[in-house]
Amino acid sequence: MSKSLIEVPLHEIAHGRTGDKGDRLLLSVIPYDETGYAPIAEQVTESRMFEMFQHRGATEARRYDLPKLGAFNFVIENALQGGVNNSLNLDGHGKTLSFLALTMKVRVSPDVLAAAKKARSN
Amino acid sequence: MAIENMHIGGAAAFADDRLDVGIPVANALIDSGKPAALFYENLAERTLALAHRELRKDPLKGYTPDLAGFVSPVLRRCVENGVPVIGNFGAANPMGAAMRLHELAKELGVKGLRVAVVEGDDLRDVIRDVGTEQWGDEEPIDLSNTEILAANAYLGAEPIADALDLEPHIVVTGRVTDSALALGPLMQHFGWKAGDWDKMAAGVLVGHLLECGGQVTGGYFADPGFKDVLDLADLGFPIAEVEADGSFVITKPDGTGGVVNEQTVKEQILYELDDPSNYLTPDVILDISEVELQQVGPDRVRVSGVKGKPAPDTLKVTVSVDGGWLGEGEISYAGPNALARARLAAEILRQRVDLLHLDCDLRTDLIGTVSIHDGDSGELTRSYDGEPLEVRVRAAANANDKATAWTVAREVQALYCNGPAGGGGVRRNITERVKTGSVLVSRRDVMPRVSMVTEEDV
Repeated sequence: MSKSLIEVPLHEIAHGRTGDKGDRLLLSVIPYDETGYAPIAEQVTESRMFEMFQHRGATEARRYDLPKLGAFNFVIENALQGGVNNSLNLDGHGKTLSFLALTMKVRVSPDVLAAAKKARSN
Repeated sequence: MAIENMHIGGAAAFADDRLDVGIPVANALIDSGKPAALFYENLAERTLALAHRELRKDPLKGYTPDLAGFVSPVLRRCVENGVPVIGNFGAANPMGAAMRLHELAKELGVKGLRVAVVEGDDLRDVIRDVGTEQWGDEEPIDLSNTEILAANAYLGAEPIADALDLEPHIVVTGRVTDSALALGPLMQHFGWKAGDWDKMAAGVLVGHLLECGGQVTGGYFADPGFKDVLDLADLGFPIAEVEADGSFVITKPDGTGGVVNEQTVKEQILYELDDPSNYLTPDVILDISEVELQQVGPDRVRVSGVKGKPAPDTLKVTVSVDGGWLGEGEISYAGPNALARARLAAEILRQRVDLLHLDCDLRTDLIGTVSIHDGDSGELTRSYDGEPLEVRVRAAANANDKATAWTVAREVQALYCNGPAGGGGVRRNITERVKTGSVLVSRRDVMPRVSMVTEEDV
């Protein structure tokens, strides 16, 4: 089974948006198709998301699962290096960071990838 | 007889939003013939602090600078058709905004304008004296030895509903929760009140989905080839068609650009949301964990299953103090070996800051490699091994004083003659920063008040 899995960036099967509250980054990850929910739940874990933002000084990542909505919400503490008030980054709000999260690699079946592609083009 | 549905339009997401987007929304609200309200969200924490600075310089200012720009295009039709316009564009000076709106009505020949003003959010003069609790686990802001620029409580929807009872054409507020701008008219229309938690929560979600304007109708969403959106230049702003039971449909005016689908609504539901089961507002605690979406037509998404819990006992107050200065400078390198020359320029800037003993925190970026996703330590930038055709070097420094911030910006310009070969296109900038923090206060320390300003009063 696992042989048939394909490694792709999360961007292929999910979309998302980031917001900020002070130094806290709030990040949604939303599968294009419902078949993407399970592999994301399994692979896009709090610890992997935390690693993704460690170079920015993040101290914790929490994930909230929303099966009815078909989405995940991440809260990443201290990822904004001071936030909009104090950050030296051009993007003090962290608005571009959803597309950093979407670079995370996930392994999915060809069916899941195909379903995402179909949902994308809608 | 069942109470008629109410339509709520959102026509601005921030003080710098497009000024013409309210027109199709106002027209659609009027054409529907339903009870309706149109709201403008113009305040960020920083925007409000800057408005207070403006007010200190000029007692006639301190409201949204583009107030007339937002309201002019819709005022006459909204007044003539009984669609109240609600906005937090009062910022630091709601009464000043009311006066300006009367001037504007006069300029436009709109007669009999009635403006309701909601005040009581401004706690600057009393915040040191009232008891406060820490908000969340945020590091508390030290107020002991600093001038307070602004301290504003987030008022809820009730004073807006009260203001609407006075039958105004416009309701002007200072700091209220963004969602209150939608919940206020819904409470007034449907008679929702504290205790109707699920309905109150639905009203908050209407506000939450609309308060970022185009962000729920295809703005801030397009990702070509993945999420395509038509005609963003003519993006239609959102309308919620709300039923008495609190379920609602998000849509946009016919013939406008953008898109409303389950994806756009999902992105906006979760935008700036922390724990999805506990979104605190002064009016109700919102729980979206059971929310379901259904596409019920082109550009129409139905939202149901919103749950609410009793409102918290305390109100959030955002306090702003002086935050020092940010100095920035940028210079570009292009063509063969651009990256190496850019790296050298950044290195020279760091050395200059040391040599001049500048007391500041410095960050350098190599824009065109990896910069915005990197941390201040530059870890990702150092390991970048691509070959960009152009690199823009940016230096940014936080300093307590203006002179130091300016010196850093100036050092970037000095690279023209003293840095690597072929540097060009320098831009420099210094910005006065604002530091904000939040505290909680008891409700009894905050007294919202509503007043009416008519033609005779000005």
